[in-house]
Amino acid sequence: MSILEVKNVNKRFGGLQALGDVNLSVQEHSVHAIIGPNGAGKSTLLNVLVGKLIPDTGSVMFDGQSVLGRKPHEINQMGISRVFQTPEIFGDLTVKENVLIPCFAKRDGAFRMHAFETVANEKAINEQAEAMLEDVNMLDKLDMPAESLSRGDKRRLEIAMCLSQQPRLLLLDEPTAGMARADTNNTIDLLKEIHEKRDITIAIIEHDMHVVFSLAQRITVLAQGTPLVEDTPDNIKGHPKVREAYLGEAH
Amino acid sequence: MFGLSKTDTRFLLIVICLTLATPILLQPFPEGSGLAQFNAGYPDLMQRFAIFGIFAIGFNILFGLTGYLSFGHAAFLGVGSYSVVWMYKLLDYNVLWGLPLAIVVSGVFALLIGIVSLRRTGIYFSILTLAFAQMMFVISYSDLLGRFVGTSITNGETGLQVYTSDPQVLLGATEPNVPHLFGIVMRENFWQPNIGGWEFTFNNGYYFCAVIAILAFYLSLRIFRSPFGMMLRAIKTNQTRLNYTGLNTRPYTMAAFVISGMYAGLAGGLLAAMDPLAGAERMQWTASGEVVLMTILGGAGTLMGPVLGAGFIKYFENIFSKINDNVLHGWFAWMPDGLEDFIVTILHPFVGKGWHLTLGILFMLVVIFLPGGLVEGGSRIMHFIKRDRKAKGRDPEHHPEHIAYVAEKEEF
Repeated sequence: MSILEVKNVNKRFGGLQALGDVNLSVQEHSVHAIIGPNGAGKSTLLNVLVGKLIPDTGSVMFDGQSVLGRKPHEINQMGISRVFQTPEIFGDLTVKENVLIPCFAKRDGAFRMHAFETVANEKAINEQAEAMLEDVNMLDKLDMPAESLSRGDKRRLEIAMCLSQQPRLLLLDEPTAGMARADTNNTIDLLKEIHEKRDITIAIIEHDMHVVFSLAQRITVLAQGTPLVEDTPDNIKGHPKVREAYLGEAH
Repeated sequence: MFGLSKTDTRFLLIVICLTLATPILLQPFPEGSGLAQFNAGYPDLMQRFAIFGIFAIGFNILFGLTGYLSFGHAAFLGVGSYSVVWMYKLLDYNVLWGLPLAIVVSGVFALLIGIVSLRRTGIYFSILTLAFAQMMFVISYSDLLGRFVGTSITNGETGLQVYTSDPQVLLGATEPNVPHLFGIVMRENFWQPNIGGWEFTFNNGYYFCAVIAILAFYLSLRIFRSPFGMMLRAIKTNQTRLNYTGLNTRPYTMAAFVISGMYAGLAGGLLAAMDPLAGAERMQWTASGEVVLMTILGGAGTLMGPVLGAGFIKYFENIFSKINDNVLHGWFAWMPDGLEDFIVTILHPFVGKGWHLTLGILFMLVVIFLPGGLVEGGSRIMHFIKRDRKAKGRDPEHHPEHIAYVAEKEEF
């Protein structure tokens, strides 16, 4: 069953056709990668999925409901969490508070005037946050300001924040961009573990073929705003159209 | 106790003790001694400490937690004062009618201004709030509203005050003709002992303000420790992430703006409760700037900082401004004449009317060297003293790390 259905999505920026007739279907519980050269429209597509951009035409359905015209926080409450290219975390807050916030968001919804409750008294939520941090091996860093973490730890924290909302679809935007090899491999292992352990679908936008081929079960190749092919990793590897898109016709 | 953790309860008890003992603590020098002019324990000033403390505590809920720098909070101060004086005019001099009204009316104004201003962040938000406050100042100063409805609402530049021709429908025959709470007159002192040369003044009005200030402080402490307060701090550090975490930031900022507007209205109401006047100059932009200074000087985002800042600035305004050349000559009389004149000439621009200059220099020094404000200075001294017990280390719950967002954050 497909959890995310993108149908005939078009998006123009002035004279540039950023997305042209994009059709995409992400199967539930799969790891689906979207790859493509620079300027292929990967980020535009992602921004459409999370509600930051509204496409000119077409539809995007998540679990039978349209996401178009909804605000980012509403789409998130539907069950889509996003990991950014550069980790977006609450730098001034402690590591634990970073995870507490999505736990509250999951329980209380988009807004609640809980000004007379005390964070420390919310036993269940505190336990939930600590369990989440234990899962990503950050229990020893609970009270550190998030800003002081290393790049790799920030990424892990961001993933932990997204997971503590128990999303149904996790979107990752180049999760290993700018990382050292060791950190990249750690992130791959973490994502694999998450996918095995949890009832979750992962859609990943990536540049790094190593990451794509070690994680994805389906791959969609975008070029100039249009999907070229969608297939399993093994078939994509030798596909002539993909080589053409990445290396140019002359080769 | 009070729904607080052990450390917070202790902290609150210390604050309560200090507040109640203020008339003693601010009177460290005996009457007649040369330093007596540095005593600040007289009712008028102590009332201002408490009132502007409330103002700054409220401002800190908006600025300290969410990072939204409002430059128009004095407007709510004015609204609060007008509300209270109107209750004097219509009902009677009991402050109990006016204060709740001041909170409600300023809350409504905050909601209206917030709906427009909170659509923008950073400097644009500041400018919008400033524009609204200046509009409200001009409207009150020219009594524009009064001209529309045919009867004076703010009484223009004279300021709103109570006249004998006012209805005052609840006024009883034996009731005092000055602000009071069920007969307890605000401007009266209930005890004025002279103990071995030290004179202490225990004033009704001050204790009324102090009790309200303690409540206001307790409320802000609860907000700081609540999930709501945590969300507000999250807004300051990363709004994008908060949006993509399924939280709608607008109602959070709106709630913070309205709460801090209500605090300002309460402070304004108390100003009128101590002195039954309300003038438009209370709403001017300099008054809005003052509360920004108080908060940053004391330490934005800390619990005690804004109160310290408020006390500091009010102390300077009232005490430092009284030092004139005669006083300076008195201090340096032991020096040779030429040197004495020289020193007095040098110091002259910094005291008396020049107290703003000293405050300005002090403010610059604090912002540059103690970006966390006076609270950071205090905690650094504490760390220095306790250096041997280093293991205890940082206490981010009570002394959060601060960034110098006055100059460094991108929004500005």
